[in-house]
Amino acid sequence: MNNVVLEDYKGVYVFAQQVDNEISGIAFELLGKGKELAAKLETEVVAVLIGYQVKGLADKLAEYGADKVIVVDDPELEVYRTEPYAHALASVINQYKPEIVLVGATAIGRDLGPTVSARVATGLTADCTVLEIGDFPLVAVPGQEQKHNQLLMTRPAFGGNTIATIACPDNRPQMATVRPGVMQKIDPIAGAKAVVEEYNPGFTPNDKYVTIKEVVKAVSDTVDIMDAKVLVSGGRGVGSPENFKQLEELAEVMGGTVSCSRAVVDSGWKPKDLQVGQTGKTVRPQIYFAIGISGAIQHVAGMEESDLIVAINKDDSAPIFDVADYGIVGDLNKIVPALTAALKAEKAAKN
Amino acid sequence: MKIVVCIKQVPDTKGGVKFNPDGTLDRGAMLAIMNPDDKAGLEAALRLKEQFGAEVTVLTMGLPKAADVLREAMAMGADKGILVTDRVLGGADTWATSTTIAGALRNIDYDLIITGRQAIDGDTAQVGPQIAEHLGIPVISYAQEIKIDGDKVIVQRQYDDRYHVLEAKMPCLITALSELNEPRYMTPGGIFDACDAEITQWGRADLKDVDDSDLGLKGSPTKIAKASDKVRKGAGEKVVPDSPEDAVAYIVGKFKEKHII
Repeated sequence: MNNVVLEDYKGVYVFAQQVDNEISGIAFELLGKGKELAAKLETEVVAVLIGYQVKGLADKLAEYGADKVIVVDDPELEVYRTEPYAHALASVINQYKPEIVLVGATAIGRDLGPTVSARVATGLTADCTVLEIGDFPLVAVPGQEQKHNQLLMTRPAFGGNTIATIACPDNRPQMATVRPGVMQKIDPIAGAKAVVEEYNPGFTPNDKYVTIKEVVKAVSDTVDIMDAKVLVSGGRGVGSPENFKQLEELAEVMGGTVSCSRAVVDSGWKPKDLQVGQTGKTVRPQIYFAIGISGAIQHVAGMEESDLIVAINKDDSAPIFDVADYGIVGDLNKIVPALTAALKAEKAAKN
Repeated sequence: MKIVVCIKQVPDTKGGVKFNPDGTLDRGAMLAIMNPDDKAGLEAALRLKEQFGAEVTVLTMGLPKAADVLREAMAMGADKGILVTDRVLGGADTWATSTTIAGALRNIDYDLIITGRQAIDGDTAQVGPQIAEHLGIPVISYAQEIKIDGDKVIVQRQYDDRYHVLEAKMPCLITALSELNEPRYMTPGGIFDACDAEITQWGRADLKDVDDSDLGLKGSPTKIAKASDKVRKGAGEKVVPDSPEDAVAYIVGKFKEKHII
């Protein structure tokens, strides 16, 4: 690998993902965390906004904490494709030399991040859940230089069975993808302004520029499960797509929404955007109902941060009971409708 | 057409997670399997082989025992197996791993490289795109459908709330989702043949255009500062109510206690 002068690299940079010229929630979450890291390093947090006719979004990034916004605007960047986006972000890194680059661990970021990190020859830590500034090694080792102010990136591995803290001490930038729904965005500061700088490295299509033949959007009128305060989540144990009706009724009375496990998506009962877990979404609602969900480690990894977990399952030994605050062993087909009715009655009595 | 499928041997973390008495993961007691996304990628390659005629080579990097997954792939229908194994390659992060695999791939002809999206042990989803970057070819990640049209591939690329239909000129690299298909089983004849099949073994010296400084633990820009087994929040209460009514009364009682209702 190339030897780099680490001190030349300054600033915490955030890839401000936008889709259809709308900034993704993860961009604000990364700015929130980026601001905190930048304060510790006494540097600035910079949003890198890549797209076509996106300059108007810069103010919004400022409101969520960006000190500066670098805009790469080009017709080639209208819809996400690996190559023009990788060229854009890698060029920004080579031009501005950031110390840290954060990218959302989304279906876009998990493609862009590895490509860019390989292009600029640095390390990338995937799907981080904790980011801190600290020493590497954590404890001084005789004969080895202990580097200060390093980005320490913590992530789950082995399907959530282990956690590892990783550093990138000898290369720059230090790059991480971060799982959506984990970092906190700041309360927006109305009227905040950032320095806006336009940068275009030039885009010359080659074989790596794949052709987009079609964009097919999932038809979904449901709310994003990551924003829900209450989730009523069903697994294979629900039995059939029709039985989800019971969960929908419970969700309605609780003011929540329905989500599901991977098995349900694999069976074609529910669309992928409702899936909770390692390969789905990470959620942290105030109440999470796990109904007919056995609680595979991959599922638990996506919901264990929920404030309160209620599990209903007929299998007494289901691992979901190991993380549930309240576990009920029983027949969900009997309990769920009865619970909905009881909660409705409670609600009616209050009014 | 020549297709190379990159596969990995991983501990089976689904269902059969085993722990040592001290709470650490007991990897020895866990089954070693072909990574599920890779298996879907292999199945996709075998279907293209049936449709268009293709030579399918499977390649893995790992310990010598990783040859087992190559034999499994060959019993499913792959034509050739290549094992990249060498002490100096151990401890590699995704940068060093992708550098190694790219170095091996430079020795062979390919029109299409298929990898799994991610492996269930690391879950990084990085090695596929990084191999493409090292080889300077287009990458399409998260494939949920793969078709061939002349010298082009047409792929459904999955995103959170949509998919794109993408067209790329070969050679290119595709990362496969397990949703892509239902992989076939090994056939008895295939198992028989795969037992005797010759597996090509490559070490450090066989890697093309690769610097020592980019390999193994030393060549890995990311370093582990600390690793530990996850401390999980303990289980709460578990009840086995006599009737659905009791179950409901229990939940409603708890919700009242917590001022949820």
